[in-house]
Formats: sequence, C-alpha cells, structure tokens
Amino acid sequence: MVPAFYVLFVAAPLYWLLVTSFKTQNEATSGLSFFPTNPTLDNYLYILTDPGWSSGFINSILFVSLNVVISIIVAVPAAYGFSRFRFIGDRHLFFWFLAARMTPSAVLFLPLVQLYTEIGLLDTHLGVALAHCLFTVPVAVWILEGFISQIPRALDETAWIDGHGQVSFFVRILVPTIAPGIGVAAFFCFMASWVELVLANALTTTDAKPIVAVLFRAGGPLGFVHLPILCAAGVLTIIPGAILVFFVRKHLARGFSMGRVG
Amino acid sequence: MSRANDNSGFLYMLPALLVLMFVVAIPIMVVVNYSVQDVFSGNIFIWAGSAWFEKTLKSTEFWATLGRSALYSSLVIAIEIPLGVFIALKIPKSGRMATFYIIVMAIPLLIPWFVVGLIWKIFADPAIGPMGAALAGFTDTYDLNRPLVAWLVILLVDVWHWTGLVVLLAYAGLVAIPEALYQATRIDGASRWATFRYVELPRLRHVLLIALLLRLTDSLMVYIEPFMITRGGPGTSTTFLSMDLIQTAMYQFDFGEASASALIYVLIMLTLSWALYSVLMKRHD
Repeated sequence: MVPAFYVLFVAAPLYWLLVTSFKTQNEATSGLSFFPTNPTLDNYLYILTDPGWSSGFINSILFVSLNVVISIIVAVPAAYGFSRFRFIGDRHLFFWFLAARMTPSAVLFLPLVQLYTEIGLLDTHLGVALAHCLFTVPVAVWILEGFISQIPRALDETAWIDGHGQVSFFVRILVPTIAPGIGVAAFFCFMASWVELVLANALTTTDAKPIVAVLFRAGGPLGFVHLPILCAAGVLTIIPGAILVFFVRKHLARGFSMGRVG
Repeated sequence: MSRANDNSGFLYMLPALLVLMFVVAIPIMVVVNYSVQDVFSGNIFIWAGSAWFEKTLKSTEFWATLGRSALYSSLVIAIEIPLGVFIALKIPKSGRMATFYIIVMAIPLLIPWFVVGLIWKIFADPAIGPMGAALAGFTDTYDLNRPLVAWLVILLVDVWHWTGLVVLLAYAGLVAIPEALYQATRIDGASRWATFRYVELPRLRHVLLIALLLRLTDSLMVYIEPFMITRGGPGTSTTFLSMDLIQTAMYQFDFGEASASALIYVLIMLTLSWALYSVLMKRHD
C-alpha cells in the first residue's frame, strides 16, 4: 500500500503537467479542468518547429552526450587505479574527487565564465560538457570502481600474458567486461548533466543554449509567457530520462550502493 | 580484494585529475584571488586582506541565511531518510512490481530541476493548480506569501524530488541481505520491529550514510526549486545559501564579498563531507 500511495504522490503533479500541455492558454490559465476540453497538439508542434526551442533540445543532447563520453574516458582509468593499487594518498584523493561533486555550482559559475571567456570555451558544447564533469566524473569513478573491484585480478594478468598493452587491455578486455557498469555510470552522468541549469545557463549565450535555459528564459519566476507551451517543453525534457531509466532498470539500484564507498 | 602497493597507480588518475583541475581547482583559486582583493572596473585589483571575510562573518544576513539552510537541510533529512527507508521496506524484493516501483522512484531524479520547479509552481498555485486550489478551498491560510506556507510547499517539493534517491539506496541495501538471515529471525520468532532493528538497519548503515552525504550536501546547495516557487520570499524567508550567493555576485557585483562567503560556504561543505566520508571509510580499515 505504502509504495502505491507514493506512486500517486509522484504521479499527480506529473499528470497535471501532462494535461496542461494539451490545453489552450485560455483553458490552462482560467480555473481547473482535469481533462483538456479541446485537446490540442499545437503546443508540441510549436516547440518542435520553433528554432529557439528545438535547437535548445539539440544543444542539450549534444553537450550531455559529450559529457558522458568524456566522463567515461577519464573515469575508467581512475576507477581501475583505485581498484587495483594502493598508493600514497589514495584515500584522500578519493575524497577530493567526491569533494568536487560537493562543490556548489553557485560558487563556481562566475570564475568559470571568466576562464571560458579567456580561452574561447564560452558558449560551446565542449565547455558545458567539461563543466558538468565536476559532478559526473566523481560519480562515474565511484560507480565504476565498484564494478571493477568485482573482477578478479586474474583477468588483468591473463591479458598481460596474452600480450595486451595498456590501451588494448582497457579497450578490448576491461570495458567489455564491465559493460553493465559503464551503462550505469553513463546513466548517472546523463542524469547529472541533463538536469543541471546554473552552469549550463551561465556558460552559454546563443549557440549552445540548453533547453532548460530556453525554458528558464520563457518561464522564469517572473511569470509565464505561455503556460501550455512551457508544460509541453517540460514533458519533452522528461522523455529522454524516462527512456534511459527503462533500459538500466535492472542495474539501477546496484549503481550507487556498491564499490569503495558502497 | 587486496590491492598492490604501487605508487604508479597514481598515473591512472591523471586524466580525471586534469579535467577536475580545470573545472574545479582553477575556478576555486580565482575565487580565493577575489576574496582577498577589491576589484574596480574589472581589472584594477587592490589588496583587501581579510576585510571581506570579516564583513561576511559579521553580517547578520549571512548567519540568517546559513541558519535557514541548516534548518532546511535538517528537515529534509529528517523527513526523507525515514520515509525513504519505510517505502523501501514495503517494496517487494523481486518481480514486476519491484521493477515498476524502481522506475517510478527514479523518475523525479531525472527531471531537470527547473522543470521540477515549474511543475510545482503550477500544481501549488491556488488559481490554476489542483493542490493549491484544494488547500485554498480547505483553509484560507493557504497563501504562499506566508513564510510557513512557503516553507511547507518547498519542503514538499524536495520530498517529492529526492525521496526516490533514498528509496533506491535503501532498497539496494535491503536486497543485498541474504535470505538466510531472515529465516534465522523467523525461527527465533523475532517481531517485525526486532527484525528491522537488529537485522536490517545495521546492514543499511552504509547505504544510509551515502544517502545522508548526498542529501545533506545537495540540500545545502538547493537553488532552482525555491527560486522558481517563492523567489526566496516572502522577504528572505526562503533564501538559501546558493540563492544568496548568486544574487550577491550577479546583481550587486560584489565579487569580493561574494567570493569570501563562497569560500566559507565551500569550507562548510568540505568539513561536513569529510566528517561523513571518514565515518564511511572506517569499515575498510
């Protein structure tokens, strides 16, 4: 019973977002109707055809994908190192990785804007992807370390004997072996990068503006320009996450709970 | 598993360190730089020593904001962790329903924070949202311009947004408990409470510490949802650390003062994280 009640609690506001996205502006802002009287797809069509909105989606998908790729590439060796070696300061270093995750973006956004302006990374997808690494790399290292630690050292040793070099070992042996782990880590990276607004908004002006920032412009706390369009955009931002969560559902609960800190 | 004593393990860290150096360490050093200087027209720097820190630490506003953030985080943790564990205990250990619940728990975590704010701004609105309308019809004290109401709504939003994370972590801890332990408690005739207290809770310690670490630090950073729903008001009653910092830096251009309070903020986060991390790591020694 309890989980069922909680499901209702989660679903109710989402249902309201969904029905509002099919209403006309007039209906949405004049009282309550639990089902749209004249359901319309105009709001979705507007978003998908208006270049400002649709490019926001493309920008978000671009920098989130870039972030996932960078995070996994740098996190796999780090996770391997933590898993296999004891070196001076390893525990402290692991903490400093986590500390990056705990640093508020409100502290970092101004100096990052300055740094990016100097080196020409402002308003680029790469810039946002790198900035989001501060949340995603620590989490990816944390998750992957757990998955790698479950693999016996014999795997490494057999690979050396078979004549694999470092890179060949990582690409051909380790990554395929921990594929579910990479999936879970990529999911958590996606999650952290997709939902973030402060950095993504501050580091972009036009070319790489993410959908959340377009939404923020159109419907900030000062008031709504067009409520159903905002709701339609909101619904669209939930879809990619909902699809991904379906794919990793079997491994999801494992992701955070294992490894060095789990 | 035993790990080899080999300092060359450090070399594997380099790519990740390079990235984090670039996006965390360098910006933090810029903040340190600003916090001890006075900046005029963007390029004239005058040494200010500890003046900004003194100003921040003597400001009643800073302490009030810190107090509000501390209260917010305490309430969020006090509600979400027991609630999350309670829900996790009621989810079946396997089967279709288990998968369904897991997906539902994860969905709020995947919604952009701004959209979470938007959803609840509409849902809690007395004129156009069902929850707002129901509550406003039920009692005329439902008014987001009252600090208590604003706080309750923001706490509700946080519970909606983040309890799923605690549920997922606690659930992961629960399914890892071997069935043999439950059989032993049944043979001993242990009550439901005794099973929870002496079998489940000790084994959840680790995942709950992780939940505590994540919820504590993330709730201290909260920004978008209160900004969307109450804009930090009425007055400053729902203005938390991040919002205060962004306002000082963006709208007042007090970089020195903003940087000094930013560093104090970072030090608080580091101290809390280190304390929890040390407790977490004890098991490994």
